[in-house]
Amino acid sequence: MWERIRLEPSRFALHLAVLLIVAMWTLPTAGLLVSSLRDKNLIATSGWWTALTTTVRSAQTRTGEAAVQVEQDGRFVISGNLFEGAGDGPGTITAFGTRVAKPDEFAVGTTASYEDGRTLTVNADGAYSYTSPVKFEDGRGQRVFYMTAVPPKFTTENYSNVLFSQGIGRAFVNSLTVTIPATIIPILIAAFAAYALAWMKIPGRGFMISVVVGLLVVPLQMSLIPLLKLYNASGFLSKTYLGIWLAHTGFGLPFAIYLLRSYIAGLPRDLIESAQVDGANDFKIFRRIILPLSFPALASFAIFQFLWVWNDLLVAIVFLGTEPDKTVLTYQLNSLLGSRGGNWEILTASAFITIVVPLLVFFSLQGYFVRGLLAGSVKGG
Amino acid sequence: MADIKLTNLNKSYGQVHILKDVNLEIKSGEFIVFVGPSGCGKSTLLRSICGLESISSGTLEIDHAVVNEVPPSKRGIAMVFQSYALYPHMSVYENISFALENQGVPRAEIKTRVEKVADMLQLTPYLTRLPKALSGGQRQRVAIGRAIVRGAKVFLFDEPLSNLDAALRVATRMEIAKLKRGMPQTTMIYVTHDQVEAMTLADRIVVLQAGRVEQVGTPMELYEKPGNTFVAGFIGSPKMNLITGAPAEKAKCKTLGVRPEHLDISTKASAGSMQGTVEYTEVLGSDSFIYVATEHGLITARENGRTAVRTGDKVHLKPVEGQVHRFDDNGKRIEGK
Repeated sequence: MWERIRLEPSRFALHLAVLLIVAMWTLPTAGLLVSSLRDKNLIATSGWWTALTTTVRSAQTRTGEAAVQVEQDGRFVISGNLFEGAGDGPGTITAFGTRVAKPDEFAVGTTASYEDGRTLTVNADGAYSYTSPVKFEDGRGQRVFYMTAVPPKFTTENYSNVLFSQGIGRAFVNSLTVTIPATIIPILIAAFAAYALAWMKIPGRGFMISVVVGLLVVPLQMSLIPLLKLYNASGFLSKTYLGIWLAHTGFGLPFAIYLLRSYIAGLPRDLIESAQVDGANDFKIFRRIILPLSFPALASFAIFQFLWVWNDLLVAIVFLGTEPDKTVLTYQLNSLLGSRGGNWEILTASAFITIVVPLLVFFSLQGYFVRGLLAGSVKGG
Repeated sequence: MADIKLTNLNKSYGQVHILKDVNLEIKSGEFIVFVGPSGCGKSTLLRSICGLESISSGTLEIDHAVVNEVPPSKRGIAMVFQSYALYPHMSVYENISFALENQGVPRAEIKTRVEKVADMLQLTPYLTRLPKALSGGQRQRVAIGRAIVRGAKVFLFDEPLSNLDAALRVATRMEIAKLKRGMPQTTMIYVTHDQVEAMTLADRIVVLQAGRVEQVGTPMELYEKPGNTFVAGFIGSPKMNLITGAPAEKAKCKTLGVRPEHLDISTKASAGSMQGTVEYTEVLGSDSFIYVATEHGLITARENGRTAVRTGDKVHLKPVEGQVHRFDDNGKRIEGK
């Protein structure tokens, strides 16, 4: 018990480092999520960390037009509510002014006077009264500047906007269409190969393993042009999902085989030999013994491959193209950055949609990293 | 029925020659134990019989059929691994039934056979558990159950008790002996480096050294008539004293072997006795071991119960008449007086 509470300096440093790393990626993610849920006007005026507090910002609007004036006690009066004309809903006015340079010149409830005898009174709820000794003739209303306190406001509008109007929804489906098969196909192939390279007595096994390791260092850019030529010549692979699945499979296989082989080779020899004595053939050993026990390795490769394919832009552009109905999320995000660079509400919502799937994948599979599936199989366990 | 015959069996990994001309005949229903120091090839020999290792040259026959190229599962053998090798993701039931499943035995029959074995090994309450939820002894019984359920003609055990603690080891040893009595027709081959296991379980012991069979015989044959100095020194605890020099020459041999229990300790010199100083003593209650430094080296003697001898005492050791072993220049046993 005492051992457990004692804080060794090295452990303390480790915990601090972990905390720092966690903060380094959770804070921006949280910021992105909060921003994407805020009202677009609020994003423009204040940071996401103020999302829960009331924001004071300046705004302007016009009083009612001359047509609505009434004569009252010898003065001509236009009255109404400043929020009627403004885009944002009811709020609280803290101050107002008559000049753009000083929107907070007068406190609410007081009366501001213009040089020619006109007066303006604005209340906190937006109700105003604009009076003049002579009849208003100008058609348009007088401009009024004011400071308004906007309460926190959250909305899913940004999401529905990007999903249904900005093409992110379509791109999301496309990304899933690319990523899921491009993750599963290499796992299936690599698991078979890894078992064979780890446990089956085949001539040239060592050579094949070294070829796989060698392929790990080949940059994929090198193969883009030959592959494209091959695809174009084949006719049915260019700019199709099948084509990009195969491309990602090929690019992912060396690492997959390498990772899975070292894991599978580390499984206890006795287990495999015991299964041989029990009369299981290689396929059955693979299916009943190796696959279930390799789940942690399969899951960790699945995460790697999923993230890599999901975040990939280059391979997607090259092998799937940029036609609107086939673009993936990364491409769509990139084009939004260009065309809607100022619209943070669109960018944050799009970005969050892009990261939510990798997050889900990671959290649903990360348990397999820590779980010792081998407990109890061999001595001590 | 399962006679096993090994003829000039050799096994080498590249340049390394592991098994050298092993010849051995095992009769059906025998309990054979392979013993030897680590690295002597006893596990390799067992694995060759099992089929997990290929044979470099020579023949292996089971029931008069050469099975050199027959895969393990077709040899009618079952193996209990040192690590038990239970499938960690399968329940006890699935572990036991896996082999039957592979043989295509009907589901209903698998069930009755597994339940029968589980009942026999007191595993019935644990059938649905995973191996990690079992104790060491229970895992061991599951491993044995896997072998029994297949109805194999030959059981191979690769140091099955080495992972158990001392008390459990004795209990499991007796269980294995009982198991063998219950299956008189089944041949069992058992690898161990523990000579107590070898002496208590075996019908015949095969002593191996550096890939060669040194001697084959019943436990008492090996104990009473070791064929050479290696077997003499390997079987029996504490080791047999192997004395060279004057006492050996007097007995007309190169090496004279005397077991500790066959030495009389006396404070007085007598004809043929060796003088020495007691280095230290080990008193175990039931018996005592006395280590005496003599001019012929350190000699171990045994006395019943406690001993009166103290460290530093001058004593005289004399072999009991007719209880000495003589070995020639090559270490071979010389028969007769």
